[in-house]
Amino acid sequence: MSEYPLLEMKNISKSFPGVKALDNLNFNLQKGEVHGILGENGAGKSTLIKVLGGIYRPEQGEIVIDGKTAQIAGVIDARKYGISIIHQELMLIPHMTVAANVYLTREPKTRYGRIDTAKMNEDTAKILDTLGASIQADTLAGRLSIAQQQLVEIAKALSLDARILVMDEPTSSLTETEVGMLFETMNRLRARGVGIIYISHRMSELFEITDRITVIRDGKFVGTCNTKETDVDTLISMMVGAKLESYYTFNERTYGSTVLEVKNICRKGTLNDVSFTLREGEILGFGGIVGAGRSELMRSILGIDPMDSGEIYISGQQLLKPSPRAAEKMGLVMVPENRKLEGLVLNNSVKFNATLAVLKEFISSTGLNKKKREKIVDRYVDMLSIKTSSNDKIVGQLSGGNQQKVVIAKWLAAHPRVLILDEPTRGIDVSAKADVYRIIDMLAQQGIGIIVISSELNEIINICDRIAVMFGGRISRVLERSEATQETILKYATGGMNG
Amino acid sequence: MMDGAEKKRGLAGLYRKSQQIPVLRNITSYVYRNTGILVGLVILCLFLSFGTETFATQTNIINILRQISTNVCLTVGIMLAILLGGIDLTGGAVIALSGCISAKAVMDLGTPVWAAIFLGCLAGLVVGMANGLIIAYTDMPPFIVTLAMQNICRGAAYLYADGNPIRVSNEAFEKIGMGYLGSIPLPVIYSIVILAVSAWLLTQTKMGQEIYAVGGNREAARFTGININRVQIFVYSYSGLLAGVAGVVLAARMASGQPATGVGYETDAVAAAVLGGTSMSGGVGTPGGMIIGILVIGVLNNGLNLLHVNSFWQYVARGVVILLAVYVDLMRKRRAYR
Repeated sequence: MSEYPLLEMKNISKSFPGVKALDNLNFNLQKGEVHGILGENGAGKSTLIKVLGGIYRPEQGEIVIDGKTAQIAGVIDARKYGISIIHQELMLIPHMTVAANVYLTREPKTRYGRIDTAKMNEDTAKILDTLGASIQADTLAGRLSIAQQQLVEIAKALSLDARILVMDEPTSSLTETEVGMLFETMNRLRARGVGIIYISHRMSELFEITDRITVIRDGKFVGTCNTKETDVDTLISMMVGAKLESYYTFNERTYGSTVLEVKNICRKGTLNDVSFTLREGEILGFGGIVGAGRSELMRSILGIDPMDSGEIYISGQQLLKPSPRAAEKMGLVMVPENRKLEGLVLNNSVKFNATLAVLKEFISSTGLNKKKREKIVDRYVDMLSIKTSSNDKIVGQLSGGNQQKVVIAKWLAAHPRVLILDEPTRGIDVSAKADVYRIIDMLAQQGIGIIVISSELNEIINICDRIAVMFGGRISRVLERSEATQETILKYATGGMNG
Repeated sequence: MMDGAEKKRGLAGLYRKSQQIPVLRNITSYVYRNTGILVGLVILCLFLSFGTETFATQTNIINILRQISTNVCLTVGIMLAILLGGIDLTGGAVIALSGCISAKAVMDLGTPVWAAIFLGCLAGLVVGMANGLIIAYTDMPPFIVTLAMQNICRGAAYLYADGNPIRVSNEAFEKIGMGYLGSIPLPVIYSIVILAVSAWLLTQTKMGQEIYAVGGNREAARFTGININRVQIFVYSYSGLLAGVAGVVLAARMASGQPATGVGYETDAVAAAVLGGTSMSGGVGTPGGMIIGILVIGVLNNGLNLLHVNSFWQYVARGVVILLAVYVDLMRKRRAYR
């Protein structure tokens, strides 16, 4: 056993034209440690990883591995030092087998120079076994779930004798059960002495799995804490650099009449007799594990997935043939979970996106009224404090938080009576999250009925009036704000009536 | 280096100032958006003006405008299809088919001229609508659907014309393609009308905005409540109709319906659209840029002829121009997302 830390990064600086991405950053990783890195988007996390992975070369600073200075000039060097990076976007080739992916470019050969598929499969199976993964080495990678693909990436890292494993937002597309499986795997690796750098926006996960957490801000080292000795508020204020006066916004509101009533929605296999009501000015949260039917319920209400039976009333009027169009006409709109895929035309302007749902308001038979359009855009850019240099800026160039606000703007412009937000803060940074909470509260005060689906329990506990917890395609319990805690939600979300 | 930087700042300043004057704003932002291709057009024109004696004459310029009128129809159609994230390769074959149909109507069937024109255009519309319906309801890739339809139309043209050109001797019909309004050939007038209508369609109507939305992100468009099938059927029908119009006008200009005409015309149209800044991945492109693209291709073809470049080499030259245009498009996109 050496006394040196496994990895030390000393005074690392890296600049790009116009920005100092890393500024005298210090970081160290012990053997068998899971070390979380926390920072807002643009704080320098990905630059740090790229320096470690040999993709960027720092202008200044030193990387020390096992007490010896390491020269990392490229990806191959990084691999030689046992550094493996698992990127957020998984890099497996879907049409190749698991084993072929694990041994890509390093395929074992037979005596005659052919690829030794048998040996490759056998070795891969061994590694997968040690990870406790039940994945066949000869299945096509494209057939695996995201969680399984991640395990394959880990297997690949292990086959390269990785001692330092970097995981960049590994849980962003995993279900809660899969996250559990991943953490189990991480614990096994930890026991073997592998050092893991874990990057995530999700506080609850950081507290569950990490030993220490390092916060960086604007490329600078802010501090490293022992996970056991810190709390969410401390970390958030370290991240944003000031004590957040109120991260969550919740103001007492008066409720109006019922604006949405859903009666007995059934859809074979996913939804089982779901009913609920929503009043004007009320925020109703939907909690539950992924697959419990929350998103599926909303998709059925909007008519994206057909329902087998059930009735939907908006302000007392029945929504007869649900479709996104019909729902929108009656004032029910949804900001979908995946804003890039389902919400935004990324290669077009803020203006275009923000007004896409209300084309009729400024286009008549005589043509398009630019001034009217600008007025609509200005109003929502202002109201939601969207940070953009101009209304003509391409949406793809905005930060995640601002993109999310543009999607919200698009639907607000349509003057909804009911606004459904599916994972409204996924993948956006802390201050943008606080903005989104403030916006949601403001909209509810204006009398809009709001539904928030979120996997972050703290989020719905703190901003919602009531929380409907779903399990197995039905609402197992509607909790009042006063009775909603992590424990009660989890109890009903896992179907545990016996708690 | 210093000079360059200074000059840039000067230009940028000038640009910003011009943005504050309403009349100038539209012109300067147009120039700003299309700088690269405009510079290309100007250099090409200057080069040809000094390099040949005939380029900068009134006759030649009118000639160029007449020559590009066919390409205007095809480029508008293809540009709309590309904006949607698809492509329409039927244009050239539709030109042959609709030309043959209207020529035969006038000559053999003895229909009145207006009805012959109508039939020719209708043929284009029907083909386009078929493209749109198939693409919308079967989800087959537009490339394959329109490539297949191209063959069907070409075959239909040959079958209908019995494999031979159909001569037309009807003054009223020929006038459609050869007539003048003042000193301007009628096909040029048609082009201007088509461009104006299409530009209006894209920038001023709901359908135009929906085309950009569907091409930019189909899922987002669906969630917004846009009827994607309707948009697709509209675009391919419009594209087919324009090709039909081009076919009738071309048949009138040549005084014959030729089943073999229009082969490879799509190449020029794709080149013009992409040169004009239409992105092959959909959702990006302006009618203003497209017009410059059409002019560049027109001037290039005319110039290659004036310089007596062998027609085989002309093919090579056009291929190279397309490669360059797509490369520039790629660079532009990369820069935009940096």
